[in-house]
Amino acid sequence: MTDKSKDMLIGLVAIVLGSVFLITFIAIEDQVEILALITLTAIAVVVSARMGVSKRISEAFASNEPLMNGAVLVALLVVTFWFREDHFPLLMIATVMLYLTACLGLNIQFGYTGVVNFAGAAFFGVGCYTAAVLNQHTAIPHLMVVVLGGVIAALIGSILILPVLRTRGHYAAVVTIAFGILFKTFLEVNDTLGGPQGLKVPGMEVLGWDFNSNIEIGDEIELSFYLNYVAIGLILSALAFALTRRVERSWIGLSLDAVRLDETAAACFGINIKHWKITAFTLGNFLVGMAGAVFAMMLGFIAPTNFAFGDSLILVSIVLLGGMGSPWGTVVAAGLVILLPEKLQVIQEYRFLLYAVVVILILLFRPQGLLPRGLRAYVPGWRG
Amino acid sequence: MDVGLLGQFVANGMMLGMMYALVAVGFTLFFGVLDVIKFSHGDVLMVGTFAGFSTYLGLSAMGVENAFVQLVGVLVVAVCSMAFLGAVIARYLVLPLKSAPPLNILLITLMLGTVLREAVRLFYPDGSNPKPFPYLLPTDTWSFGSFTLRADSVILLLGGLLVIVGVHVLINKTKMGLAMRAVAQDEETAKCMGINFTMIVLLTFALGSGVAAFAGVMNGLYYNEINFSMGLLLGVIGFSAAIIGGLGNIYGAILGGFLFAALQTVGAVALPFSSAYKDVFAFSVVIALMVWRPTGLIAEKSSERV
Repeated sequence: MTDKSKDMLIGLVAIVLGSVFLITFIAIEDQVEILALITLTAIAVVVSARMGVSKRISEAFASNEPLMNGAVLVALLVVTFWFREDHFPLLMIATVMLYLTACLGLNIQFGYTGVVNFAGAAFFGVGCYTAAVLNQHTAIPHLMVVVLGGVIAALIGSILILPVLRTRGHYAAVVTIAFGILFKTFLEVNDTLGGPQGLKVPGMEVLGWDFNSNIEIGDEIELSFYLNYVAIGLILSALAFALTRRVERSWIGLSLDAVRLDETAAACFGINIKHWKITAFTLGNFLVGMAGAVFAMMLGFIAPTNFAFGDSLILVSIVLLGGMGSPWGTVVAAGLVILLPEKLQVIQEYRFLLYAVVVILILLFRPQGLLPRGLRAYVPGWRG
Repeated sequence: MDVGLLGQFVANGMMLGMMYALVAVGFTLFFGVLDVIKFSHGDVLMVGTFAGFSTYLGLSAMGVENAFVQLVGVLVVAVCSMAFLGAVIARYLVLPLKSAPPLNILLITLMLGTVLREAVRLFYPDGSNPKPFPYLLPTDTWSFGSFTLRADSVILLLGGLLVIVGVHVLINKTKMGLAMRAVAQDEETAKCMGINFTMIVLLTFALGSGVAAFAGVMNGLYYNEINFSMGLLLGVIGFSAAIIGGLGNIYGAILGGFLFAALQTVGAVALPFSSAYKDVFAFSVVIALMVWRPTGLIAEKSSERV
């Protein structure tokens, strides 16, 4: 067997194992079993990391990218199809997809360009409220509304461009933190946007296809309507993922990295810092807003409490947990952060506490994230 | 608007400003010595307030009824325990991460804040509900026409002022303050001069956290209600105040604290829209101020420009 096909095999086996794990993890309800599964997986991951298996897997992913991306997509479709009749698992999967899209947006902002954004939930909320208002009062096609959610988030984000460009480090952090709190307070006191009670969001409808009714095929088969949202979430996140990867690969990504690593040096080499910061900030907010619009239509109801500072923190921690600037890391982290608390009902009451402790431990002992971003490969297939 | 109401708003604004300034002083102290932001500061304040509240309950249970003794007990326990907690946080969470990216430290301390908040909510008896904080100060009032001045406000304001003056004297006139300023200016050189770096950092964190606990007790005495989530907003406001004042500068922090309170008061009283928008207004002005002075009103001395 050649090296390449061996690589391919390793990657595919890893994906199959991953999807089997995902299906079991989502399917089992018993708390003891879930805990056991988590412990076993944690041990397996640590052991494979020690034995160099995970390194092989990541190499396999790097050298056969189109195939592996396709395989992951197929695996996700299989997992989705497995739960075709159950509302709750599908809702969870769709939520992970949408959070993933939002976090990929944040990844472009501070993973690549170093523009901190602690108002992720606020831009997510802009998307949600755009969807709510437009769906209620206008007849704009809903796919268009999703795009508009992104556009309006980017537009509102442009208010912050000037302060973000002028400030740096902690000063920039306070700009976005202030904006996040301002946004939530604004929603709470504004009566036209429903105040603290929030707004109802009509479900999605594309070309007469109602997303909010179960899919019936013949007489026997009835599929959960969340399947629609998983589909659109999958499309959205796949597009966002492809976009992030393309941006990273291109000379745009090179410029973004340069801006993050050393602004002075980048400026000396003729890179327009302002230009790239604005691009990254706007592009990131656009993705976050689109994810928000779909999220609102899926939930059918939104309130200001969904967009508090704590939610922005969750988004930031997903990016940090996965590893700054590592899209695959973001995928894994989004899954962990959304699914774990939902599955571990036994810790429901303590979940924020445990979750915060876990983030602290990871930051202390593995500050580079779960799947740290590798060095940029300038030559395709080159192994350094 | 009549003068009495105006006076009331000014008094209330002064009170808020004093609290914000005390919190902001902590942020600026920490930033001075270590160049880090410790975001759990607001929640340390909350824990301090709860520690003080527990002390009050304990003293009452032991039969100590004298309000003055109770007040002293509450303050001593709150300030000392938080000074200790602040030093522990510095030793085990902040110092090990000294060379990590600033974002990591920001996040780790934010998460620590969540841990503290959730711990109080879950493990303090009936912690998820607001608690009535006792009246420990004289409740006399003086009336000047339509304006009523509460004795407790005056005492609290004077107390806050005393703490600020105390911090000022400590930093500028004592040997320890000299060491702190030396560490803030240049860590390496300070070490060469025989300053125990770790000790000074721990002392600074203890000082800042103790001041925050004082602000927390002040908050409790003024509003007579405390809850587990009171620290989050106070922390964010204190941070913003320290930032608009200019990080690393104590006077900037005090200025920022009072400025933020003034903005909130103006937003509540003097603007055409509903007073519920006061925070929206205050934070918008903060963002606008950042555009005008990107490194704070009293700017940091060394700043790199492209």
